[in-house]
Amino acid sequence: MADLSTTFLGIRSPNPFWLASAPPTDKEYNVQRAFEQGWGGVVWKTLGEDPPVVNVNGPRYGAFHGPDRRLLGLNNIELITDRALDTNLEEIARVKRNWPDRAMIVSLMVPCEEAPWKKILALVEQTGADGVELNFGCPHGMSERGMGSAVGQVPEYIEMVARWCKQHSRLPVIVKLTPNITDVRYPARAAKRGGADAVSLINTVSSIMSIDLDNFAPTPTIDGKGSHGGMCGPAVKPIALNMVAEIARDAETAGIPISGIGGITTWRDAAEFISLGCGTVQVCTAAMTYGFKVVKEMASGLSEWMDEKGYRTIEDFRGRAAPNVTDWQYLNLNYVTKARIDQDLCIKCGRCHIACEDTSHQAITSMLDGRRHFEVIDEECVGCNLCVNVCPVENCITMEQIAGCDPRTKKPIPDAYANWTSHPNNPMAREKQQFAAEPVLLPDAAE
Amino acid sequence: MNELAPQRPDIAGARLDPQALARNFSDVHPPLEAHEALVEADRCYFCYDAPCMEACPTSIDVPLFIREIQAGNPIGAGKTILSANILGGMCARVCPTETLCEEACVREAAEGKPVKIGLLQRYATDAVMDTGRHPFTRAAPTGKRVAVVGAGPAGLSCAHRLAMLGHDVVLFDARQKPGGLNEFGIAAYKATERFAQKEVDFILSIGGVSVETGKALGRDIHLADLRRDYDAVFLGLGLAGVNALGLDDETAGGSHDAVAWIAELRQTTDLAGLPVGRRVVVIGGGMTAIDAAIQAKALGAQEVTVAYRRGQDAMNASRYEQELAQTRGVHIRCNLTPKRILAANGHVSGIELERTATVDGRLVGTGETVIVEADQVFKAIGQAFDPAGIASDGSEAQGLATENGRIKVDAERRTSLPDVWAGGDCVVGGEDLTVVATEHGKVAAMSIHAALTAEPRGAVEAIKNKVLGAVEALTGATR
Repeated sequence: MADLSTTFLGIRSPNPFWLASAPPTDKEYNVQRAFEQGWGGVVWKTLGEDPPVVNVNGPRYGAFHGPDRRLLGLNNIELITDRALDTNLEEIARVKRNWPDRAMIVSLMVPCEEAPWKKILALVEQTGADGVELNFGCPHGMSERGMGSAVGQVPEYIEMVARWCKQHSRLPVIVKLTPNITDVRYPARAAKRGGADAVSLINTVSSIMSIDLDNFAPTPTIDGKGSHGGMCGPAVKPIALNMVAEIARDAETAGIPISGIGGITTWRDAAEFISLGCGTVQVCTAAMTYGFKVVKEMASGLSEWMDEKGYRTIEDFRGRAAPNVTDWQYLNLNYVTKARIDQDLCIKCGRCHIACEDTSHQAITSMLDGRRHFEVIDEECVGCNLCVNVCPVENCITMEQIAGCDPRTKKPIPDAYANWTSHPNNPMAREKQQFAAEPVLLPDAAE
Repeated sequence: MNELAPQRPDIAGARLDPQALARNFSDVHPPLEAHEALVEADRCYFCYDAPCMEACPTSIDVPLFIREIQAGNPIGAGKTILSANILGGMCARVCPTETLCEEACVREAAEGKPVKIGLLQRYATDAVMDTGRHPFTRAAPTGKRVAVVGAGPAGLSCAHRLAMLGHDVVLFDARQKPGGLNEFGIAAYKATERFAQKEVDFILSIGGVSVETGKALGRDIHLADLRRDYDAVFLGLGLAGVNALGLDDETAGGSHDAVAWIAELRQTTDLAGLPVGRRVVVIGGGMTAIDAAIQAKALGAQEVTVAYRRGQDAMNASRYEQELAQTRGVHIRCNLTPKRILAANGHVSGIELERTATVDGRLVGTGETVIVEADQVFKAIGQAFDPAGIASDGSEAQGLATENGRIKVDAERRTSLPDVWAGGDCVVGGEDLTVVATEHGKVAAMSIHAALTAEPRGAVEAIKNKVLGAVEALTGATR
């Protein structure tokens, strides 16, 4: 059976599934229940300075639902812990003592000055916690006070605080990054420069979940007003995967340990983050939607899949996908595909046809010999994959690589790999060709 | 030796307590709750050129109305339905969806579980009717008057569409109430809580339609007069005649015409007061037979048998209806044809049936007979167009052509008379379905409208000259 245990920054946990810093990790009672269900570790809900912050007393969550009210996105305007620092520290110490094999990371957020950081780090060390996570991510409330994402959006601040933390504590330091930024590589590089041991991402995405059209106010609505919140849940996973990949393949940050966060709901989501290089994953929304038991599915699913693939440990597949994330310019333009519709699986809904006909390349029939029939017209198909994505039947439409001549361009498809960097339509490539000694003939299947 | 004492026929009311009766006659398909409707609406794929829409005789834009429900707009959904089929509420309840839209649903092909189009349609049309407002407005008055004869689905649909287009309509019906088979024929558990009358009120609330009940064609009103007094006439006469078995003692006590019995049941305010036999035999294999059988059972009959002369696959009642009857305890027996009504003292005591077989594609008796004891026998072997109404006033002579005993119409539901249209069950090609009759009425109304508003010959030329003249006057140009 697969070994799910992980060692992240020297911190051991029986599995890579940690609970992210959030309401589920705000109290001993909750964390105790989480560990009973099998969670490998927790990042304790962010601690701040006393006196504790206060939360709104109206609704603090908003939702984005899929079919049957499946929660696809959850946003919140909750602040960091609103309990006294001492209470939290005492509980952290007790939980760590009772559960020595589980990872205990403590999330921190104090003003951007050295003294408060120094002070709180010392207190956390005394609890026996395994590490700290610097909350530079929360996009609501705290950011208005110069903390959270207000820090995370300024690489210099990240570097500065990370450095203080490394200087004043022997604990491993994880910097939690905000996605509310143009290019996540800059804050990640800053964290590394500051000496951070790892990054975790993503924190929540700034969002307004909906507008209540009866009173024209954002939801959740508090006395007629609303404020943007931070969104998490399945809807943010694609954003998170991209940001993790950007850091994993950036020359400056490649190899930095990453704890992946963002919409992880099943074992498969977790495996995807790990395959991009994450050493652990953090979960919140899935637990807040279904309870702590979801970790059992995650552990069993990951274990079964690893057994099936022959991966004995997490390290056996960790990071395997990272090298396959590349820039657009390096994609093979001679990889030519056409959609293929399996007529036995086709239920004749016609969505492939109308999507292609109305919005793309007019490459799928709707009739053949007077019958309702959907088939790809290779002469028009650019291989875009839209039909695959809109088809309601799994595997009914697939993309197939073709060889020989592309019926659309009427050009032979070269066997060789060729990308944009050398394509004749690329002005940069033409520039180079001018000075070539010999005429350059470039293989080309693209128009 | 004494024969068994001939039992007195056991026909009685109040066989069941009021709760059981209410349960048996409650809505056969309870409406969807709001959340159920959203979940079901989410299942629709919003197909291109959707097969369900194609399968609907009234061409309701099914994917669009389901998407409107899904987007939290049930009123818009209802308007989408009603704009194609003003009797969309009744059709949602009585359509054999399993052989129409839901059979065509791609999810039927995919997984054998079509989207519940009928129930979603009911959800949306109920939402519109619950507003208490009519969703459509009338066009400017045209000054034209149309007589619509028959206030069943075809006539109601025709009258509504004509009124919407700005014409004034007088809607005649032979019965004391409008609604036709929706009011008098549909099984009670399919249209509960007076739905048929509520729908009639809803349809007529557009205005411009005056209803004259108790007016039978050929008795109180005459086609020749209608043609003289109105700009156009629509005949939605239905099938007033019932087929007879052609057996002795067919008129014995306890032998009933199922259509009339169902009509009586539908008009009964106190179901407990309606007598039903302890043992009931229904002859026939169509929807009327099934409806009579299920309702006899629902009233408390202990043994209800449907006897049909052909095999089960040949039954006109849908498989779904057959199964509904069977799960409600009706015994369906096939390949049995009536031979003799058994009567004692002028009252039905049973029926003798002969077994049949299909030989060389023909149905033949095998000579073997069985006897089923019964206190009541219902005949449901089909209805027929009664030409008395159009014949007695000499309209045949006026040239109203018929074919196979029904009125002949073209694709626009025009009869052989230039100012007379017809639709519903009374025409050739009528399918005995509410939804088909509704479509006939709508198509006829559009055709009538086109005929009544067509520019007279030469009008286009006159307008052209007038415009040219005006241009000349303005520009000083000469031709």
